[in-house]
Amino acid sequence: MQSQGLVETAPVAPRLSSAARRRQIREKVIAGIITAAAFTGIAALVLILVFIAKEALTLFLDAHAREEASLSKMFLPQVVRANRPPAFVWQPVSNVPKVSMIPLFIGTLKTTLVSMVVAVPVGVAGALYAAEFAPRRLREVLKPTIELLAGIPSVVLGFFALMVLATFLQDTFGLPTRLNAVVAGLGLALAIVPVIFTVSEDALTAVPRSYREASLALGATPWETAWKVVLPAAAPGILAACVLGFGRAIGETMIVLMASGNAAIVSWNFTDSVRSMSATIAAEMGEVVVGSPHYSLLFFIGVELFLFTFVLNMVASTWTRRVLKRLTGAGA
Amino acid sequence: MSPSPAVPARIKMEARQLSLLYGSKVAVKEVSLALPEHQVTALIGPSGCGKSTFLRSLNRMNDLIPGASHQGTVLLDGTSIHDRHVDVVDLRRRVGMVFQKSNPFPKTIFENVAYGLRVGGMKDKADIAARVEKSLKGGALWDEVKDRLNDSALSLSGGQQQRLCIARALAVEPEVLLMDEPASALDPIATAKIEELIHELKERYTIAIVTHNMQQAARVSDRTAFFYMGELVECGPTEQIFTNPREKRTEDYVTGKFG
Repeated sequence: MQSQGLVETAPVAPRLSSAARRRQIREKVIAGIITAAAFTGIAALVLILVFIAKEALTLFLDAHAREEASLSKMFLPQVVRANRPPAFVWQPVSNVPKVSMIPLFIGTLKTTLVSMVVAVPVGVAGALYAAEFAPRRLREVLKPTIELLAGIPSVVLGFFALMVLATFLQDTFGLPTRLNAVVAGLGLALAIVPVIFTVSEDALTAVPRSYREASLALGATPWETAWKVVLPAAAPGILAACVLGFGRAIGETMIVLMASGNAAIVSWNFTDSVRSMSATIAAEMGEVVVGSPHYSLLFFIGVELFLFTFVLNMVASTWTRRVLKRLTGAGA
Repeated sequence: MSPSPAVPARIKMEARQLSLLYGSKVAVKEVSLALPEHQVTALIGPSGCGKSTFLRSLNRMNDLIPGASHQGTVLLDGTSIHDRHVDVVDLRRRVGMVFQKSNPFPKTIFENVAYGLRVGGMKDKADIAARVEKSLKGGALWDEVKDRLNDSALSLSGGQQQRLCIARALAVEPEVLLMDEPASALDPIATAKIEELIHELKERYTIAIVTHNMQQAARVSDRTAFFYMGELVECGPTEQIFTNPREKRTEDYVTGKFG
């Protein structure tokens, strides 16, 4: 190296002071504790998964269970009664157990669909109102109130759906079945609106004020600004809110158990009673013989529920990454 | 510094005894200032002197701040901008704004410029494309981005983003352009480009620019207004403000004795 006209220093070996050493040790201990805490959470999740999967696995390993509840019996139409076309029937406690998953899938799909169709527009519109249009005072009341709704125990919501909503809908529309997919779906919507609202509102509020100013300064109205600038900028967060709401809706048990009628009917009519996957687990787990094929079957339903949410999460996060990449132009 | 024109310029925009308040705190006190048509007026002064607040009041961006209020009048072509019959959206289409921090939307380059046109009701795709090209040329950005109009605006460099914001403001063809420290976050080369651009733009627009940079004010503006503690201390041709100010405070500030 050139001396650049300066006096060079001779190399000196570094020496660690005791204060620096203590500081380093303290940092390591703290980092270790935090890491352990984080991995405790992950470990709990993995252990739950392993346990459920283990119980469900018996279904495929045990010869008796394999015969009674094979995959084809679960997912393909079966001849239930002589001289009738094959059908999907869930009747696991019977001389000849019938274990078709299809009625339960349809039940879960119907209640979840109703709840999402109601809760997503309400939750997102509510969040948009709170974030963009509500006067500050109102907003300070609105947000905690809706969040309070999230704190209502689901059994209370279920009770409300069972006693009030069901009666009201039947009286108003003259429905033949009092407890059905619509009642359960509306009850579920009550549970997931606060989730969607809160997360969406956070996403909308996090959109920089400079976007709004830029839009308004270009002569856009507040509504155009909210719809064309703020909402697209918050789209990944709003999607996350919907996925969270979906996860809650598909897994929510008490409301569906109380308000859906619990009849495993295969039909696309939303005013028929339905039996959801989660409610099936809750209703039947108490009376099942431990280790029986039926027992394993219930755990298998749990695994399926987990898979549904997992796949949806994956799809959503892939989409979010793509959107973010497009928005920022870089591989964010 | 262009020589002041022989014929006095028409006043495009004018504040009369304008006071601006945040709650009960007075940010701007009884300022009377005129922006002559097709000239650049620089607003200078130390931080917190109210020059940005004043600028933002000219297209009523301060309306967005809770608790902000005004006294006095602002006239655009002789009409009060606070009149009941003036629509604030129309006003902002006539008086555009470029912000201190470049704030392109998280959309494509094309969509950023087209946005103002679309909300303004322009539907025809060819018209929009033509205006986007014209605006990007006006913002001296066309050559750099013409091959990647569909890339995200956030992939541009800081200086390019700011010129995109200028192009975006030009697209709606405002009459007055307000610039709030448009080059404060940029490097010297990008700054020079923006200043060059301001020179070209004043042929078609009336410009008011807030700046902390004395040299920049001297380079780009025809007239300079010196704000101090919410008051307008002095306003006149830039040459006079920088070489022969009437007020001692102005002289101290422009020569760097405080600020």
